[in-house]
Parts: sequence; structure tokens; C-alpha cells
Amino acid sequence: MSASILSRPRTAPTKPATRRNGFRSNRGSSNRGGGFASKLTVNGLLIIGSAYMVVPVLWLVFASTKNAADLYGTSAYALGNFSLFENIANVAKQDGGLFFRWLGNSVMYAGVGAVFGSLISVMAGYAFDKFQFRWKDSLFGFVLVGVLIPNTATVLPMYLLASLVGMTNTIWAILIPVLCNPFGVYLARVYSASYVPAETLEAARMDGAGPVRSFFSLGLPMMMPGYITIALFQFVGVWNNFMLPLVMLQDQQLLPVSVGISIWQGYSVPQPEFTPMVITGSLLSIIPLLVAFIMLQRFWKSGLTAGSVK
Amino acid sequence: MATQALTTTVRRQGRALAGTGGRTAALFLVPFFAVFAIAMIAPVIYSLVLSFHSQQKSGLGFGEAKTVFVGLENYVQVFQSETFVEGIARLGLYCLIYIPCMVGGAVVFALLMDATVAKARKLFQLLVFLPHAVPGVIAALIWAYLYTPGISPLVQALQGGGIQINFLDAHMVLPSIVNIGVWEWTGYNVIILFTALQAVPREILEAARVDGAGEIRAAVSIKFPLILPALSVIMLFTIIGTLQLFTEPNIISKATASVTSTWVPNLWAYDAAFIRHNLNQAAAASIIIAGLAAILSLAVTRLSSRMNKS
Repeated sequence: MSASILSRPRTAPTKPATRRNGFRSNRGSSNRGGGFASKLTVNGLLIIGSAYMVVPVLWLVFASTKNAADLYGTSAYALGNFSLFENIANVAKQDGGLFFRWLGNSVMYAGVGAVFGSLISVMAGYAFDKFQFRWKDSLFGFVLVGVLIPNTATVLPMYLLASLVGMTNTIWAILIPVLCNPFGVYLARVYSASYVPAETLEAARMDGAGPVRSFFSLGLPMMMPGYITIALFQFVGVWNNFMLPLVMLQDQQLLPVSVGISIWQGYSVPQPEFTPMVITGSLLSIIPLLVAFIMLQRFWKSGLTAGSVK
Repeated sequence: MATQALTTTVRRQGRALAGTGGRTAALFLVPFFAVFAIAMIAPVIYSLVLSFHSQQKSGLGFGEAKTVFVGLENYVQVFQSETFVEGIARLGLYCLIYIPCMVGGAVVFALLMDATVAKARKLFQLLVFLPHAVPGVIAALIWAYLYTPGISPLVQALQGGGIQINFLDAHMVLPSIVNIGVWEWTGYNVIILFTALQAVPREILEAARVDGAGEIRAAVSIKFPLILPALSVIMLFTIIGTLQLFTEPNIISKATASVTSTWVPNLWAYDAAFIRHNLNQAAAASIIIAGLAAILSLAVTRLSSRMNKS
């Protein structure tokens, strides 16, 4: 199999990690690790690195409070005339509230991908972990090949196929592809192996529960953290997807916010008065994701671990 | 009859979960493999078919175009196209700059965060992960503005220091796009590597300290080798990710003429399909990109499994 690194899912080593972390911070740095200079260097470098990550987003926040004249006229982090609400009003007014239609479309596409796409992945991953069946390894091999094929390499082929059957420019051109999440299947297999003990399922079977019933009443609830993680990543993946909707959709009413904003950016080249709307729209479109990430920190961290650490 | 009974018992021996044979497994797997077939396998097969055909007009170019089997001619044309080959070379150059910067940066930052003297680890984790919550389109937009003279605080500050850089001219635009990728992905990989570092057994580090190894020595010769498996997974996904390069150049191309419509292979394929209306060539180019991804990920997995063994 081409993906020998991925082919053996392991359980996520989260528990020892937290224990060790706590252990360490209790010890503090007084008795080891050097003096003031190294403390300054390490933390100074960490601050510089984080600043590089944060400053562009901060710029977006500041820029969205400015109107077109201030944007080009005043220093970047100075507050000009505070026009954030005016900018938001302009965004909302443009083309009869088209922006919120785009946001709504993004929520729908990403939501369907997150809820149903992840359920499909979790079911498949659970089956790969818990059931014995023929061609299991070769089927899982297909899943791994799916993980390894770049998304953008299948977008044009998908478009070509969709135009053959006349499905371009419909919501289905987006909703069907977002259900397919091979990496989710891989993660779900890992989660199933670490969260769902075979003994519990055996006990359920003794009590007369069929495999479908025991999945929905035992397996799925036990895998809930994994399900949420996969759903979160799928939500973000679909929300960020640009090439698929760009290729598939022509009707502006169907666009997700990523493509919509890029169209406005195109307008803003000949008409600079569009620039504040592009900037404010960008800020509005990342707020839902930022909130989701901060609230669901616990989940995405465990997701990254399970995916990559052996 | 008898053979059937035999196979059932054999199957049951594997894991003692009865009622989990092929038929139940199918129930769980069919949804996933159905969307997988529609969203990945069928498009690729259809593109393969398209890539071996061509639309040819009969005689003087009047009348309906006919679909003719042309064998590998489309592939030959794609590889003979100067712009496509340039795109591949540019993508190669992009990888050569991007991968060391991003992966190197992530390793250094993760090691710094794991240093004993580091403070506020949770906060730094959240801050470095922030860019990942920003969609690629928005990230490209933010940086496009940060590169544009007149609006950018960055250009302004550099000018104040007497440095004149045009981030978007023909020479600088590639590093500028690399920077967008570095900004988007470094933090994500820092989290993965930091989690891997936390799983490094305490005792080994303690022993090294007793033997007189300093913090830097421990980082280089103990921690780094132990996170190599995580690093190889990161390399794999980074290479697949770079082949997807589309969103950032697409957005930047609206801000500068330095990014042409065929700048990287994905843009080339998009251009072939929607500007030049040559679907057969677009299909061939997509297949080439997917093939390239397959070859590269095979190479990375081979290499890393050999490294892990030795």
C-alpha cells in the first residue's frame, strides 16, 4: 500500500501528554533550563512568531473600521473616522443583501458536509475498525488513496462529469462532493479503536441489540468527541473551499462567501470604493470560524493528534 | 451448505463480534463508498476517457465537432506547452522555498514552545493556530492588501526605513505567495509537532539532563529525532497541499499582472477548461497533476518508512 505511514491507525497519546505537561509546569524553571537570558530569548522569539501570525488579522480588524478615504489616507493601525457600522451597512445593502445570502449558503454547504458527511465517514470508519469482512484491507486502501489525491486535482474532473449529467450550477454540485471525506474515515477508524471497547459491543449483542442499534445507541455516543472533531474539520474545509464552487457555480445566488468575496475583490480593482466592503466582508466571514475554533479548542487539538502522531 | 458454515466460523474467529460480517459491514460502508464513487472515482475515470479524446471539426471547420480518439496526443500537447512546463517548474521552485521555510519554522517554533523556560504555552498555541481559522481566500486577500503600496502598513514602514520593495513584481511575487502559505500552515503544524513533543517520555529528557546535556542539545539530539514520524506525515500532507496551489495565485492575479492565468498547473488546467475551452486538455492536465501527487506521496511514504526502520 502506498500509504504505509497512514495504514496503521493508532490511539492518540493524549493522556500522558497532559500529565507530563502538568508535571512540568509545576516544576517551573527555577531549578533548570538556564537563566534570565535564555528565558528572554525563548519567550521573545515566541512573541515575534506569534506576532507574525496575529498582526495580519489585527490589520483586517483595524482596516474594517475605515472608509475608503481613510484606508488609503491614514496610518494603518490608527483609528480614522470609525466607520465599521457604516461598512457593515454597505455590505448588507449591496445587491439586496447578497452577502448574507452568500454567508447562508456557506453555512448550508459546510453544515451539510459537517453533519452528514461526517456521519457517513464515522459509520465507515467504525465498520473498518469493528467489523470483519472480505476485502477490508483493499477497501481501506481505496480510502487512503482518496486521502492522498489532492482536492483540486479532482475538481475539474468533477466539473466535467457534472456538466455531462447537467448538474453544474445547482446546489447538488457542491452538496454531493462535500459528503466525501476519506480523511474523516481514517480518523473515525482511529477514534473507534480508542473510544469504543469491543467488550461493550459484545455485551450489547448479548442483550439482543443488533449491530445497527448498538452503533447508534452505544458506538456513536462513545465516539461523539471524534465525530465533533471530524465535523469541525469538515466544516472548515468546506467553508474554505474555493476552487470547487468557483468552477461549479455561475449563479451568484448560489455562491458561498469565499467565491463571493473574490468577485467583489475583482470589482474593487477598477472601483476602489469596493475595497472597504471586501475588507469588512472578509472580517464578517471569518468571525464564525474564529468563534468555532476558540470554543472547540479541545476537539481540534485531539483531531490533529490522532491524525498525525504515532 | 457445509462450506458456508465453515467460512462463517472462520470469520467469527477473527474477532468475537457476531453479526458483523459482510452484510452488516456493507450497511455501514455503502453510503461512504457511494459518495466516494460519485465524487472521486467516476470523475477521474471520466477525465481519463476525455483525456484520450479530442474535439475535431470536419473539413473547413463547419458543422458539428466530432469526438475522436487521439490516444496520448493531449498529454503530449500538455507537456509540449511551454506555459505548463513553466508552471511545473514554478511549482517546484515554490516547493523548494516553501517546504524548508514552513516545516523548519514549525519545528523551531514547536521546540521553543516545548523549552522549559517557555511561558504561556496555551496562549501561544491559540495564537499560532489563528491563521488556520482564516480561509485561504481571505488570507490571500489580507496579504494582497498588505503587499499593495498605499494601503499597506508593511510597505509604508519599509519605505520609512528607506527600503523600497515591490512585493508584487515579477521577481518578488513567488516569495510573496510562499509567505502566504507559510502564514497559513506553520501554526497548524506547530500544534501537531508540539503535541508530538509532549509525548516524548520525561525520563529520557531527565536522563539527558543528568548526563549534562543542555536544553539546546536535548532539543537537537533527543527531541528532534523523536518527532521525525510526525514530521514525515507533515511532509506528506505538505507536498499534497502544495500541488493544490490555486486559491492564493488566483486571488493575487487580480492585484498584479505578474501572476499569469497559467502560473501554476492548476491555474493552467482551469484556464484550459474555462478560457480556452479545451476540456480534453484540461482533463489531461488534471490527470497529470493527480499522477504527480500519487508519485510524490509514494516517494515520501517509501522514504519515511525506510527512515523509520533504520
